[in-house]
Amino acid sequence: MAQAQERVKVAIVGSGNIGTDLMYKLLARPGHMELVWMAGIDPASEGLARARALGLRTTAEGIGPVLEDPEVVLVFDATSAAAHRRHASRARRAGKICIDLTPAALGPAVVPPVNLGAHLDADEVNLVTCGGQATIPMVHAVARVTPVLYAEMVSTVASRSAGPGTRRNIDEFTFATARGLESIGGAERGKAIIVLNPAEPPIVMTNTVRCVPGNEEFSREDIVASVRRMEAEVQSYVPGYRLKADPVFEKLPTPWGERWVATMLLEVEGAGDFLPTYAGNLDIMTAAARRVADLFAEALLAGRRRLPEPARTAEEVAE
Amino acid sequence: MTWDLTDAKPPRITDTTLRDGSHAHRHRFTEEEVRRVVRALDRAGVPVIEVSHGDGLAGASLQYGFSAVDEMRLIEAAREEAVNARIAALMLPGIGTRRELEEAARRGLQVLRIATQCTEADISEQHFGMAKELGLETVGFLMMSHMRPPEVLVEQAALMESYGADCVYVVDSAGAMLPHDAHVRVRALKENLSCQVGFHAHNNLGLGVANTLAALEAGADQIDGSIRGYGAGAGNAATELLVAVLDRAGLNPGIDVFEILEAAEKVVAPIMAFQPIPDRDSALIGYAGVYSTFLLHAKRIGAELGVDPGEILVELGRRQAVAGQEDWILRVAVELAEARRGRPAESAA
Repeated sequence: MAQAQERVKVAIVGSGNIGTDLMYKLLARPGHMELVWMAGIDPASEGLARARALGLRTTAEGIGPVLEDPEVVLVFDATSAAAHRRHASRARRAGKICIDLTPAALGPAVVPPVNLGAHLDADEVNLVTCGGQATIPMVHAVARVTPVLYAEMVSTVASRSAGPGTRRNIDEFTFATARGLESIGGAERGKAIIVLNPAEPPIVMTNTVRCVPGNEEFSREDIVASVRRMEAEVQSYVPGYRLKADPVFEKLPTPWGERWVATMLLEVEGAGDFLPTYAGNLDIMTAAARRVADLFAEALLAGRRRLPEPARTAEEVAE
Repeated sequence: MTWDLTDAKPPRITDTTLRDGSHAHRHRFTEEEVRRVVRALDRAGVPVIEVSHGDGLAGASLQYGFSAVDEMRLIEAAREEAVNARIAALMLPGIGTRRELEEAARRGLQVLRIATQCTEADISEQHFGMAKELGLETVGFLMMSHMRPPEVLVEQAALMESYGADCVYVVDSAGAMLPHDAHVRVRALKENLSCQVGFHAHNNLGLGVANTLAALEAGADQIDGSIRGYGAGAGNAATELLVAVLDRAGLNPGIDVFEILEAAEKVVAPIMAFQPIPDRDSALIGYAGVYSTFLLHAKRIGAELGVDPGEILVELGRRQAVAGQEDWILRVAVELAEARRGRPAESAA
């Protein structure tokens, strides 16, 4: 039983950029977890080779072998939205908790500095997107001091840090991020834009967050202070997260007339666990996933929650 | 390249006044303006008319500027007015999504032009697939093509062809190419693809028409123009000039020279916010190789923060900013303003 152990056994499904970066984080800072599996679908993938070299159990047959391992209690899904939609119910029927790093957005969303401890009773939680992890905290920082009518984010990431899963599913990034700006950030309406930049040497991930306050009487000082406080909160688990400057306030034409717009210019430098430090988009995603999962692991060990009820028969698990 | 057009064929022309011109118009086209322009272009015989936000479907935003009128209404109005012309729209994956694509198709869209930075064609696969499912003609747009050599463009264009593109364009978004640059890129695509090849010019170095002719000599099947060159930066190759020039070269694809000149003079010129020309800042865009659309944003932000827009544009070129990165203008301007105040710019790195 997991409850009897000091650490719970966890697995990563998806051996691309995100999965590999997460693997290094879990090995370096395991917390209440012990990483035992890395699953992929491409036997030649670099991520699987690295996992093998580090002594993990690996498979190129996807999620199946991981779900059949009764010792694994928590599965990180770092595949794609489409693949996760197939994985989710299988993981639940196999009695595993799932931390979803794809933009599938099936489970409730978690962004650590906003709602870290929420949804600890869920069988699966979703991490929105890398851009969402970087920008939703800023929208929340504004929304907690003045209502936000509209929030818009633009994420620019180095081409080399966007793997094939992200590229084939770019609409999912847009949908999931925009939804997150609303449901977690607290904006009435959200919009997300992503740009891939192929510059050499690769650029550090940049994010621009623009908020239109619903009330023109807002206090600039309150917004600046709240946003700076949030910057520090995110830095506690993503040290390379920073505002380039204090928020810029401009009056711009909007569908709601000429309105004040608060613009936050962010930069996210990665920890360099797998890809070099320019890939802050990987770092912020995997750091959030590790943090969230560790809380689940701790809750399991303390007996504060149980695993999902597994399906009765092996056939049901395998289907 | 010898400027010899004897082997060239009459190209298909897409007029993008109501899309690229949307940048110059600050995305304020009204339904009535769209109807009038489409009627005039259609009457002159222009075969394809592009209508959408300048940054493509769903471009309406703080990042690029909000539209005065919902582009879906403009697309619908354009389709209602066009008798022979086909209605096209642009979309940039990462900005527009399959939702807007479906909606535009419902409103009567016939041609979808899918644009990516010239190294990122593989983000367009799902959109080509869906456009084809919806029965649309598809065009791939390799933006900022001056930034990569012909062999890279061939590789990227081949991806778009494999996704279902009926034509792939070499797009000189920065107006940075010289005629030879346009020629070798178009020729490389012609030699390596079986779909059609197109060329889209910007006039930032005053070479819009010349580069288009170089592309035609290299075998381009399709070209773009906008009336009076009404487009981002110093604008595009002027459609009416292309028609007159092609007519003189014996390559007129069937557009009435007098009608199109009349449309420029009487219909488009009176509604233009300004006549784009290669003035200092536009020329710097071509010279530094940055996205033409940055022009008006850099002017506004430069004025707000007391920074020379030319300095911002050149710095953006140095940082290899690409299509769609308007937010970097503010970023750079803030740094330059801080540097001016004697504080070290945080990110010189």
